[in-house]
Amino acid sequence: MSEAIVTTSTNKPTSPTAGPPLWLLAELTYECPLHCPYCSNPVQMTARENECDTETWLNVLTQGREMGAVQLGFSGGEPLLRKDLEVLVKHASDLGFYTNLITSGIGLTEKRIKALKEAGLDHIQLSFQAANADANDLIGNKRHSFSQKLHIAKLIKQYDYPMVLNFCLTAQNIDAIDEVLELSQALKGDFVELATVQYYGWAHLNRDHLLPSKDQLERAESKVNVWREQHNSAGPKFIFVTPDYYETRPKACMNGWGSTFLTVTPDGSALPCHSAKILPLTFPNVKEKSLQEIWHDDFSFNKFRGLDWLPKPCQDCDEKEKDFGGCRCQAYMLTGDMHNTDPVCDKSPHHHLLADIINDKNPSKQPLFYRDPKTEIPIAVLDSITTTIQPDKINE
Amino acid sequence: MRKITMNKLYKLQFEKVQDSYVLLFPEGMVNLNPSAAEILLQVDGQKSDQDIIQALRVKFPDAPDDLAEDVLDFLVHAQSKEWICSE
Repeated sequence: MSEAIVTTSTNKPTSPTAGPPLWLLAELTYECPLHCPYCSNPVQMTARENECDTETWLNVLTQGREMGAVQLGFSGGEPLLRKDLEVLVKHASDLGFYTNLITSGIGLTEKRIKALKEAGLDHIQLSFQAANADANDLIGNKRHSFSQKLHIAKLIKQYDYPMVLNFCLTAQNIDAIDEVLELSQALKGDFVELATVQYYGWAHLNRDHLLPSKDQLERAESKVNVWREQHNSAGPKFIFVTPDYYETRPKACMNGWGSTFLTVTPDGSALPCHSAKILPLTFPNVKEKSLQEIWHDDFSFNKFRGLDWLPKPCQDCDEKEKDFGGCRCQAYMLTGDMHNTDPVCDKSPHHHLLADIINDKNPSKQPLFYRDPKTEIPIAVLDSITTTIQPDKINE
Repeated sequence: MRKITMNKLYKLQFEKVQDSYVLLFPEGMVNLNPSAAEILLQVDGQKSDQDIIQALRVKFPDAPDDLAEDVLDFLVHAQSKEWICSE
């Protein structure tokens, strides 16, 4: 018993022989009562009538669990819009999944929180658009959504769920990080994701407005660090995610293509990550193929699996097992070729493209758009609200 | 003696496909090796660290003499990760 007792999951793909898809993300619907401009959903969204029915989802969950999937995310869009959510949670829980509900909280009621608990839901992740009502409601394009989220956060704790709070940080709300920290503490979040937005889907469309400056990022991160020191690891655990545009090494996107993650989109498309649909690849559908065939045999899942496919300079790089060449979607969106090294890496011949974006060399002429329905957001109003409003007082 | 309990945020579970125990928490997983799993399986909110050592000695009579030391080291590690709490 004297060996190192604990190992954390690494699951490195060194050959195209795949382990199980440990993480299954079920995007139940793209519909959402909020219209956040940084949404990672695709800009071309499928219509609701093409959504998988209950039977299809139940079948996908059974197959995924048999293959060894253990973490299950119910996401969207807003998964609460599916009336069969409780049925799916119950089935997943009976199968032994750890079930995560990733929600805006809009549409959640005490009755439903209780029903989901009884169905076996393990955890609720609740998103906020900002830590004050005016900014929150403007960014999500829905009045009174902030007060509803506060109410839901209290119910989540009351019903004894682990609660993760998620704040998407952009140039518009990142300067108010202090009130985010205070609100997280007041709501007794167990974990808090301070996620500077990654630029996929609608967020990519709106990127030039959303990307914070390096100064903004550094100020925010240092405030989080000061908070951590002052609170001596009591209270919520803050996880600060920086946008990789400012990095010099790419993220190990999805822990390597086809190594850990399997996303099923509302229409049943199976993807190695939730934004892969933008790539010039044909992806399989769970209505037509078994999950086993999809994961192990489908061309799209094997395309970038392992390390053999890596381009130069990755092929000769001694860090290739750390990041697997980075993100395929980012390589495609920024360089036009999904086979390229993620340009976040400063060894990439395209790394200068990121410097141009960061330094705003070719600023966007288009306005900031809400997610569908695509309407302009009054940036002047947004800026004035997010920089001048004082934090609301959250009274217990 | 302080009793040791699992942190409610973590769920210990055997995974057939991985042939091992794992700790599950919001959107995350820790793989446990067999000895770590055996120790955590003893954490029931009733036992102290010494009770856990005693129970493992009964279950594994051939375990080497440094079992107690390894168990205590692991419990310190598990507490620093907040998988367990003592009360």
